[in-house]
Amino acid sequence: MAYNFKETMSKPERLAPGHRMCAGCGGTIAVRNVLRGLHEEDKAVICNATGCLEVSSFMYPYTSWEDSYIHNAFENAGATCSGVQAAYEVLKKKGKVDDTYKFIAIGGDGGTYDIGFQSLSGAMERNTDMVYVCYDNGAYMNTGIQRSSATPMFADTTTTPVGSQSDGKPQNRKDLASVIAAHDVPYAAQTTFVQNFKDLHLKAEKAIYTPGAAFLNIMAPCPRGWRYNTPDIIEMCRLGVETCYWPLFEVVEGKWILNYEPKKKLPIEDFLKPQGRFKHLFKKGNEELLEAFQKEVDRRWEELLFRCSR
Amino acid sequence: MSIRERLSGNEAVSIAIRQINPDVFPAFPITPSTEIPQYFSSYVANGQVDTVFIPVESEHSSMSATIGAEAAGARSLTATSSCGLAYMWEELYVAASDRLPLALALVNRALSGPININCDHSDAMGARDAGWIQIFAENNQEAYDNFVQAYRIAEHKDVRLPIMVCQDGFITSHAVENIELLEDEQVKAFVGEYEPEHYLLNSKEAMAVGPYGVPAYYMEAKRAQLEALKNAKQVALQVAADFEKISGRKYGLFEEYRMEDADYVMVLIGSAAGTAKDAADALREKGVKAGVLKIRLFRPFPAEEIAAALKDAKVVACMDRTESYNGNCGPLGAEVKSALFTAGQMPMVLNYVYGLGGRDVTVESLTSVFEDMKKADETGELGETYRYLSVRE
Repeated sequence: MAYNFKETMSKPERLAPGHRMCAGCGGTIAVRNVLRGLHEEDKAVICNATGCLEVSSFMYPYTSWEDSYIHNAFENAGATCSGVQAAYEVLKKKGKVDDTYKFIAIGGDGGTYDIGFQSLSGAMERNTDMVYVCYDNGAYMNTGIQRSSATPMFADTTTTPVGSQSDGKPQNRKDLASVIAAHDVPYAAQTTFVQNFKDLHLKAEKAIYTPGAAFLNIMAPCPRGWRYNTPDIIEMCRLGVETCYWPLFEVVEGKWILNYEPKKKLPIEDFLKPQGRFKHLFKKGNEELLEAFQKEVDRRWEELLFRCSR
Repeated sequence: MSIRERLSGNEAVSIAIRQINPDVFPAFPITPSTEIPQYFSSYVANGQVDTVFIPVESEHSSMSATIGAEAAGARSLTATSSCGLAYMWEELYVAASDRLPLALALVNRALSGPININCDHSDAMGARDAGWIQIFAENNQEAYDNFVQAYRIAEHKDVRLPIMVCQDGFITSHAVENIELLEDEQVKAFVGEYEPEHYLLNSKEAMAVGPYGVPAYYMEAKRAQLEALKNAKQVALQVAADFEKISGRKYGLFEEYRMEDADYVMVLIGSAAGTAKDAADALREKGVKAGVLKIRLFRPFPAEEIAAALKDAKVVACMDRTESYNGNCGPLGAEVKSALFTAGQMPMVLNYVYGLGGRDVTVESLTSVFEDMKKADETGELGETYRYLSVRE
């Protein structure tokens, strides 16, 4: 079926308003739009790792989730979802469940790249019929902006603060979408809020309806952690993609596909400049840091082009 | 008709699980519980059960997946030992607070370090305050019988809590003994269908599990959990009474052996109870009034009932197969002394740490404990109240 923006956007909301996420939070935007990938007649169980999303959307006795929802702990959304999915398999076979259910695990980058990585890797390796969605805002935002393995190099975080002996985080970010693709799952993709959400909507639907394990990595800017002007979130995402910092790609049955190639790749400064966490890179004398950042973006972009050209 | 067999404790529990035919069984191997998922995998491979077996990548994930499956509405369980249980620790509390009646076959083994694969109770005792029902077995027969009864206790509407069914590593789990099994159909009828009231896959109502509990609600949630756990005591007795009808085997909260007129009572848990009974028998022949109180239900702890059973005891020896590093007593010692104090009873109480990391427990060593009790009674001197048995000092 051809993509229809109006139809997709007019589906009933599955994350009700009234939750306590920050104004302009990228995580919430990611979730609402992933859930638009569900067919209206289908039910879902959401398995949520501990994080901003969980503590703000299911504070007893209120919940924002229209679908069945389980929060277990920080590091086990993958395993918890495996259990729920197995229950469905057996109860369906026994005739105790009639409806079609889909299984969506959601975690931030802390619960996904780091503490939840083993559980995620296990669920993906077992090819569990589920989709794991990471809303990647590049740090442990819920506990107050500590670095994660998703944090970009040189970012000023509360555990990699910039100081006389520190330029921010010394390491590059982990390329998790590639790591999960290496699990040989049927579907892995990376996206963010661009092109009026078409890329995200299409990938969400594909991820949810691909039989077996699927992984969706969504760059979801955090205005508090990144320190940009809150209303500019869509512009931040556009710059992430146009600078090739956050390329849009998918890996389908082992085949790498580049979904978008900027006509003119913008310099990384365009993406970094509006963010307070990179302010120090623009001080006189730090030019080589910017150069190093650009070099790393270029290297990864070339690598991706190579993978997608095969 | 019962079936006479010769089985190890692990085989017996695996058969009980096959007869129950649960819905979801995630597991990760660890000695000495490994055989349980291993035997069970062959039942799955041969189509003898409807269960989905999930070979997860760790014990943290086995308990996490068991929680997910149980919350989704499936009767679920896992099995583990020692460090595996320690790795699940966080999840044990989640299972209890989510009020999920899932089961865990625990094969007791010492915790690291130093690493040791043999029996003691440090794993189960470390989890004693997690909000689970804990039930212990002396031998393979009890391990089997307890497992058959487990879901009836856990799933009872007044309880709805997870249950840990414990047996001693190697001593029970690997030693082959005679056993009487129930027919598959008997077990199936006894355990019944799992019909949860609320669950994730209920298409009539969506459900949310695992909320953020702010201070205005957290304490009430914990209080309600306690009430449910306390109810497990009565429910365990009802289930035991029903079980006796189909098996002819009688179970209570604990077993009293030669306790009618006992002056000296040894209180202990697990496989060493058989050895203690032998020691008591021999002493009885010499005119020493020795008795044994074997704990079956450790959580909830039957404090009032135990105090009543110890009413006429002159000296009590509490046997802890774990060290709790408070410098005064082990966990069983603390529970029993607290029960006695609350009941206003003040017998002489000795507390022994024994059998750590598979250290042999013999009739001779347990006889020496009865002799210590007798000596304390005769001299009126307790001496050191917290002691180690069979250790090189």
